[in-house]
Amino acid sequence: MTEHPTEYAYFLGCITPNRYPGIEAATKKIFKEFGIETKEMMGASCCPAPGVFGSFDMHTWLPVAARNLAIAEEMDLEIYVTCNGCYGSLQEADHLLKGNPKLKEQTNKILGEFGREFKGTTKVNHSIVVLHDFIGLDKLKERITKPMNDVNVAVHYGCHFLKPREVRGHGSSETPYILEDLVKVTGAKDVDYKDKLMCCGAGGGNRTADSVQSLEWMRQKLVSAMEVGCDCMVHPCAFCHLQLDRGQAEMNKAFGTSFDFPILFATQFLGLAMGLSEKEVGLDAQTTTMPEKLLK
Amino acid sequence: MGTLYEDIIDYGGEVFGKDHLETLRECVQCGKCTGGCPSGRNTAFRTRKLMQMALVDMREEIFNAPELWFCSTCYTCYERCPKGVKVTDVIRTIRNLAAKEGHMSVPHRMIGVYVMKTGHAVPIGPAQMELREAVGLESQPPTAQHPQNKEQLEQVQTIFKTTGYDAMIDFDWDTMNLKGMDKGGKK
Repeated sequence: MTEHPTEYAYFLGCITPNRYPGIEAATKKIFKEFGIETKEMMGASCCPAPGVFGSFDMHTWLPVAARNLAIAEEMDLEIYVTCNGCYGSLQEADHLLKGNPKLKEQTNKILGEFGREFKGTTKVNHSIVVLHDFIGLDKLKERITKPMNDVNVAVHYGCHFLKPREVRGHGSSETPYILEDLVKVTGAKDVDYKDKLMCCGAGGGNRTADSVQSLEWMRQKLVSAMEVGCDCMVHPCAFCHLQLDRGQAEMNKAFGTSFDFPILFATQFLGLAMGLSEKEVGLDAQTTTMPEKLLK
Repeated sequence: MGTLYEDIIDYGGEVFGKDHLETLRECVQCGKCTGGCPSGRNTAFRTRKLMQMALVDMREEIFNAPELWFCSTCYTCYERCPKGVKVTDVIRTIRNLAAKEGHMSVPHRMIGVYVMKTGHAVPIGPAQMELREAVGLESQPPTAQHPQNKEQLEQVQTIFKTTGYDAMIDFDWDTMNLKGMDKGGKK
């Protein structure tokens, strides 16, 4: 069995620490429980958002991402993230720079202005991969003290966790299994639904370009999960969380609806099943409310 | 300036490699991209049409259509294209070329303003500091926005100055906002 690191640099990004710190708290607490140490990345910035800055100027997107990677390299640690945007951005930048010496040289010329360098010595991991592949389902199962036996879960992947598969390396983007496994280990039921693989609608600057239109994508997705009796949605992305949670309040205002469908980041859901309270994982401070069956 | 296709290959090729973007030539207009597109089922954005418009050099029509910005970069088309066209990266490259010619909305420019001011597209405020404390975290993470990390923020700002992103969005370093932006946020 491959040895996995027991210490990581946590790349926070923007939305996790600045809007949903419950995601940060839940992830750190669970990792600590399994002997995984988290180190802070001093001076890290926005990843920057791959579909946004990558859409406007990839020659700015790349050095900003490379600077973040360089911070982890200086710490001599691999990275973990709690947002698909950060995952998409940092992993893609790492992939491109490692594969193109000329691009690396150009990028390092910019980083050199303030004495930093991208060397290509770190690795970008998603927190749910650390949970699934490194800690492992058996160990996770041992710590479930509040099984989610009667809970029906709609899994939502977001986009940049699985795609493009040639960079992400999690197998087929049409038949994923990582989140499903993490949900099932709590005793909950993973329920298939029509728009399971659909985007939340927020990425690529779409939410900024036309928020009401982007909320309509989300409305369709939520309805398709509710139609088959799901109690909540579990996902691995802070940016999706912003759209799916806060977006429901925006949608109710824009469309005159009254949606209140519970949204949980994967470590918040696991945290509840491991006995952490709603408050400890920040679920009491978000827009959507948690039903009793998740908190019992 | 060459044809739009040539510009896509030249500009995007510097980052993704020319081969990656030359896959655009393989498009057979089958429409599988449009069929799986979550934007296509909700907006007038048509991926198949955009690929063809790019191939026949309809630069102005593409750049002036709001639909160009309704792609969420979900990569469904990229994953499913039977001819291996790297659709999402073609779209991101076209957007880069459009932005360079000034086709960029004020809300999109504002995302750059936040990053240049704070290091973050979504900066922290007092209410969020309380949320952090409520879950047992430091009120502010040690990222580029932390008051003690001014030098770190300056590094991020240096990147934006070096690449010319500041000029591209009309950023004013004196006001730390877009040039000509009034208090109501209108330009």
